[in-house]
Amino acid sequence: MAQVSSIAEEQAPNPLSASKTILLRISRFNPESDDSSKFMEFSVPYQKWTTVLEAILDVKKHFDHSIAVRYSCRQATCGSCGMLINGKPRLACFTKISELDSDVVTVEPMNNFPVIRDLAVKFERLFDSHQKIKPYLIRDDTELESDQREFLQSPEELENFIQFANCIKCGLCNSACPTMSTDSSFVGPQALAQAYRYVADSRDKGKDTRLDIIDESHGIWRCHFAGSCSQVCPKGVDPAMGIQFLRGYLLGFRS
Amino acid sequence: MKESTIMKIHYGTALASVGLVAVHILMRLTTGFSDSLSYENVLANYRSVPYVIMLELILILLAVHGFNGLRVILLELKQGRVYEKAVSYGVVIGMIALIGYGSRTIIMTNMGMV
Repeated sequence: MAQVSSIAEEQAPNPLSASKTILLRISRFNPESDDSSKFMEFSVPYQKWTTVLEAILDVKKHFDHSIAVRYSCRQATCGSCGMLINGKPRLACFTKISELDSDVVTVEPMNNFPVIRDLAVKFERLFDSHQKIKPYLIRDDTELESDQREFLQSPEELENFIQFANCIKCGLCNSACPTMSTDSSFVGPQALAQAYRYVADSRDKGKDTRLDIIDESHGIWRCHFAGSCSQVCPKGVDPAMGIQFLRGYLLGFRS
Repeated sequence: MKESTIMKIHYGTALASVGLVAVHILMRLTTGFSDSLSYENVLANYRSVPYVIMLELILILLAVHGFNGLRVILLELKQGRVYEKAVSYGVVIGMIALIGYGSRTIIMTNMGMV
């Protein structure tokens, strides 16, 4: 079913700021009532700074408030609005329509996540895997017991893991991962990158514990190094590199 | 066995196989292709102790590497406790069966049964 509507006709925007129009195709699917997903189409005006999320919210506001989309910060910090935009996993709030260089923008829920409804997906598997690798500093003492009141690090020590600390748990890497689509038990690039983030942290003493957790039949060895996780990360994290570093620990090349 | 240990064996068997198969091919080049496959030549190879040890090693290395590769593919294809156990035991049985069948040829030749 295709429904073509136009915001421009309903609510005339400021003629000075209005510019081009795109066809926004939104995937609609309710697992409780639908057998398969279908696309609804809307004609949406945009300016060079309009993001895909803003376009979706325009459609929600003016045409169909029932469209399910998860969002919060609108500044690529919360990691809520991940979705497939023209086939590629991206953050809707961080993707300008003008950057897509297309008159048609198709938005779908992320791959490798169960759909709640429309563009909203369940994050249980990602959060479970993230929790499994113990994403916190493991050590016997605490800052309160230390004479220095904090665990100091050199800039070089910080450099070892800081890019991995930028992960916002948006799930785009897991959505892009080909192993995630075939192996329902695979721990995933997000959790593996976070395992490396803590293993490489000089303040952490839980390296062996974490390496044991990821060293199982659906752990780190199932990564085929496609590298798509690193391609789609909106925060510049390179999970594929972290996974290779972790393999170095397990193969005895790193200590 | 830890997955990292299995994968170390996997990578090690791959590297060793490449080396030994290269030696095997180089030795085949010392005779013509048709001579290399002649009945008497093959029997002579099986009766040469150093060569037969190398053939046995290639058989073991490739069986271990190949069946572990198959295990990895099957584990990614489907998941489940019973299925994964069946795959793990199945590939070990397959590995042993293939090595046993290959070794049988060498043993029979050296016992004069061929």
